Amino acid sequence: MSEDTSETKQVDAYLDSALGSADEAEHLVLGVAQQMGFQEDDLHKIGMAVRESIVNAVVHGNRYNRRKRVHLAVLTGKDRVTVIVGDEGEGFDPGTLPDPLAEPNLLQQSGRGIFLIRAFMDEFQIRRLSPSGTEVKMVKHIQ
Amino acid sequence: MSAKLSPRQVGDVTVIDVSGRITLGEGSSNLRDGIRDMVAKGNKKILLNLGEVSYIDSSGIGELVSGFTSVANAGGQLKLINLTKRVKDLLQITKLYTVFEVFDDEAAAVRSFA
Repeated sequence: MSEDTSETKQVDAYLDSALGSADEAEHLVLGVAQQMGFQEDDLHKIGMAVRESIVNAVVHGNRYNRRKRVHLAVLTGKDRVTVIVGDEGEGFDPGTLPDPLAEPNLLQQSGRGIFLIRAFMDEFQIRRLSPSGTEVKMVKHIQ
Repeated sequence: MSAKLSPRQVGDVTVIDVSGRITLGEGSSNLRDGIRDMVAKGNKKILLNLGEVSYIDSSGIGELVSGFTSVANAGGQLKLINLTKRVKDLLQITKLYTVFEVFDDEAAAVRSFA
């Protein structure tokens, strides 16, 4: 039998390019994830991944530009939650991100956000949007 | 609640009890300012007590690293005690657990500066 990949959109919001949007997004996503039955440890990981994504979108993507918005979508499937975060920034090549675990980068002050999202979520994709912007899509499965 | 810092002196070691959230914004800037202030006052033996830190993000980790290097550049040492499981996990997956000297016992940590 084929895997059930259908998803239902639970949240579709456009947030301000402000750090407070990280709290708002975390609240929205965890509300859905709690209802689905995710355990506390996974809720913490999902919340942290969402915060890091929103901060990246606000700080590095939209650069706090009040005219730009951060798109947040939350979809649920049979055994997973999918979170999509998009910005309206200039976009970047994810291949250029330095490895935060490499010896010369270990004591860098920044550059660990996407690494942590990858560590905490089961699936992670990043893509450029047309005409501009970056979108990350991350998935967590219920254990 | 953003991070709150309460410094106290144990011999010649400055112990900073940190509580709350160390996240981008007020939380991480409180930590940065607190450590800079200690270094400016000539305190070179700094022990950060993270036992009451409820949450730390990548920016907070960055501030810990920045504090570590700024104290080291001033000829001092910054060490950590009482990591929660989540903070310990974060330092392990970012390979920073081997960079910081970490203790569970304050007296042992204070003695280690001698």
